[in-house]
Amino acid sequence: MDTPHTPLSGTYTGAPATGAPGATGTPAPGSAPAPGGDPDGVPAITVQNLTIAYGSYAVQKNLTFTVNRRDVFIIMGGSGCGKSSLLRVMVGLTPPAAGTVCYGREDFWGGTKKRREAILRNVGLLFQSGALWSSMTLAENISLPLELYTSLSPADIREQAMLKLALVGLAGFEDYYPSEISGGMRKRAGLARALALDPNILFFDEPSAGLDPLSAALLDELILELKESLGMTLIVVTHDLDSIFTIGSNSVFLDAATHTMIAGGDPRFLRDHAENPDVRRFLGRGKTGRRA
Amino acid sequence: MPPEPHTTEAASPDNARPDAVASSVASAPAASAPVSSASPAAPSAPVTAGAVTAGTVTAGTVTAGAAPSPPRMRLALDRGLARIFFGGDWVLKGDAPSPAAAVMDALKAGGASAIELVPEGLGRWDTSLLAAVMRLTAFARGKNIPCSADAFPPGFRRLLALALAVPPNEGARRSSGRAGFLESLGALVLAVPATCRSMLEFIGETAVGFARFFLGRSVCRRRDISLQFQECGAEALPIVSLISLLVGFILAFVGVVQLRMFGAQIYVSSLVAVGMTRIMGAIMTGIIMAGRTGASFAAVLGTMQVNEEIDALATQGLPPVEFLVLPRVIALSLMTPLLVLYADFMGIIGGFIVGVGMLGLDPAEYFTFTRMGFGLSNLWVGLAHGFVFGCVVAVTGCYQGLRCGRSAAAVGTATTAAVVFSIVGIVIATAILTFLFNIVGI
Repeated sequence: MDTPHTPLSGTYTGAPATGAPGATGTPAPGSAPAPGGDPDGVPAITVQNLTIAYGSYAVQKNLTFTVNRRDVFIIMGGSGCGKSSLLRVMVGLTPPAAGTVCYGREDFWGGTKKRREAILRNVGLLFQSGALWSSMTLAENISLPLELYTSLSPADIREQAMLKLALVGLAGFEDYYPSEISGGMRKRAGLARALALDPNILFFDEPSAGLDPLSAALLDELILELKESLGMTLIVVTHDLDSIFTIGSNSVFLDAATHTMIAGGDPRFLRDHAENPDVRRFLGRGKTGRRA
Repeated sequence: MPPEPHTTEAASPDNARPDAVASSVASAPAASAPVSSASPAAPSAPVTAGAVTAGTVTAGTVTAGAAPSPPRMRLALDRGLARIFFGGDWVLKGDAPSPAAAVMDALKAGGASAIELVPEGLGRWDTSLLAAVMRLTAFARGKNIPCSADAFPPGFRRLLALALAVPPNEGARRSSGRAGFLESLGALVLAVPATCRSMLEFIGETAVGFARFFLGRSVCRRRDISLQFQECGAEALPIVSLISLLVGFILAFVGVVQLRMFGAQIYVSSLVAVGMTRIMGAIMTGIIMAGRTGASFAAVLGTMQVNEEIDALATQGLPPVEFLVLPRVIALSLMTPLLVLYADFMGIIGGFIVGVGMLGLDPAEYFTFTRMGFGLSNLWVGLAHGFVFGCVVAVTGCYQGLRCGRSAAAVGTATTAAVVFSIVGIVIATAILTFLFNIVGI
């Protein structure tokens, strides 16, 4: 297909809010997605009837939602509700107890381990504290996936690593070890590593945790900018309200008490119109009748 | 879908365009119109005024008709203005080699006074295109000449701006070259005084901690001590049993080969008894403790250091040496002699099994000769060794753990150092003790 930018649906299936910011729906020109194709109308990720359990204890049950391409999809909920567990299932770290996760049309957990690895090559993950490999310099951290999965020459790999660091504002820190830089820088370096292979889908685990408000806002801006320019789909696990309203275009709200999702859609819409008062209270910073 | 004003792909959909440009520049230098029309969205018109081609470099001119066409890059030098055209699919995970290097060489040889980057039949792109553009931008900056990429789609320009937004932290940059042999040797030697000082400091702190402990003023908890007793004492019994039983076997076998020449096989029992009690039991136990407990001390304390747990202790007014090191040193220095005693016993049993079961010696006779060889002084010497080894292993392990860096790799280094230095310490301590006991005449 020669047309470089295929218009993609910016509608949110299953989300009540359709008046959401349309900006996220328009694809960045030229930045057609990486290999694997971009079948029109097929959402990036479809989760159906997913149950996550540790032993016989079900953390979350009956999760069904859809992540559209070029969405910024927020997974939110109170502490300990299973947000990170859901993330772990979606990126292949823990198998689900029941249900399916589909990347495009492909059943992620139904396939072989090899297929999962192939899918994950188009997926990046930014861990909560960066999770940089401490025995390697920043440049080596970013180079490792490039060495393994691309045919670039060592010089080109180095160039890519420097570019990725420059994108996150860490130019010149290639030869630093993770232990020698600050927490915020480590997080940004983690983002650079997640971007190493130009993934279509990028997961974030609590991107703003441990950052000051200014750094968190800057990171949000950076995330949005990269997403717009590279045309990525983002899935963000967070309970930071500023982030949720700044970057989120669609969301799912997990509840710790009922062990399932109790709301979904544009977070700004949910803040004012969610049926469940708990959701409104969460998103309204507890202003409508605080419990504790 | 609102078409972006700068999407040049839409303006130049044909793949034949690169050749057209090349030929028009080369063959018809006076014809200004086709060149300017062929460069879509190029704002600078004066370029084409009387284009005299200084050189045209085409890199990567593969024309595969398949879906992913290889990245193309072409340089047209025109009286100082270098126009570089980008075409094809720039995909990071593609197989085609980047044409950037050839163009860079030509550009360096050409001597341009301005650079203009123009997309031309650009297909899919990702950060591999950005890297190529960044390289040219860096080159232009180095030469202090203007470099424009205005003709690229806005998404790309935003990325470029982002990558250039924060100037490289030149002060932070450092040489990544490996240190030579002499350099690393020198660094190693230079580090010796500091290491010795910190080791001595640590031993001193531990000694002060002990003083406070015996005065009853230390913060170390009794529960921690008993936990350590269990971990480095009782839980080490299986491995100590196995190793010392086997060492008993070996001593008996090796001894009997020599003693048989004199018909003195029975003295193998004395040999095993003396060998095990005086030195072998202690050394084997010490080495087991170094590998088992010393390594664990270093790993635990090192990980605590990584997690800032040690700092947390310090801020709570709990001196890490008293709280963490004392229980471990106490437990290991008291448990190692007990384990040595046990190892002696197991070693003698091992010798007995070989002597009686395999060499056919009389059990009663074996027992008698064991008692004859077995001296109480030998036992005390062995136990003294055990006590010293316990101290050495515990102090080394804790020291390495506490001075661990803040990364996973540092924990590994600390653990390795703990085991290596413990074993070296054990051997040195044995030499010193042997010398001392020799002087005393035991």
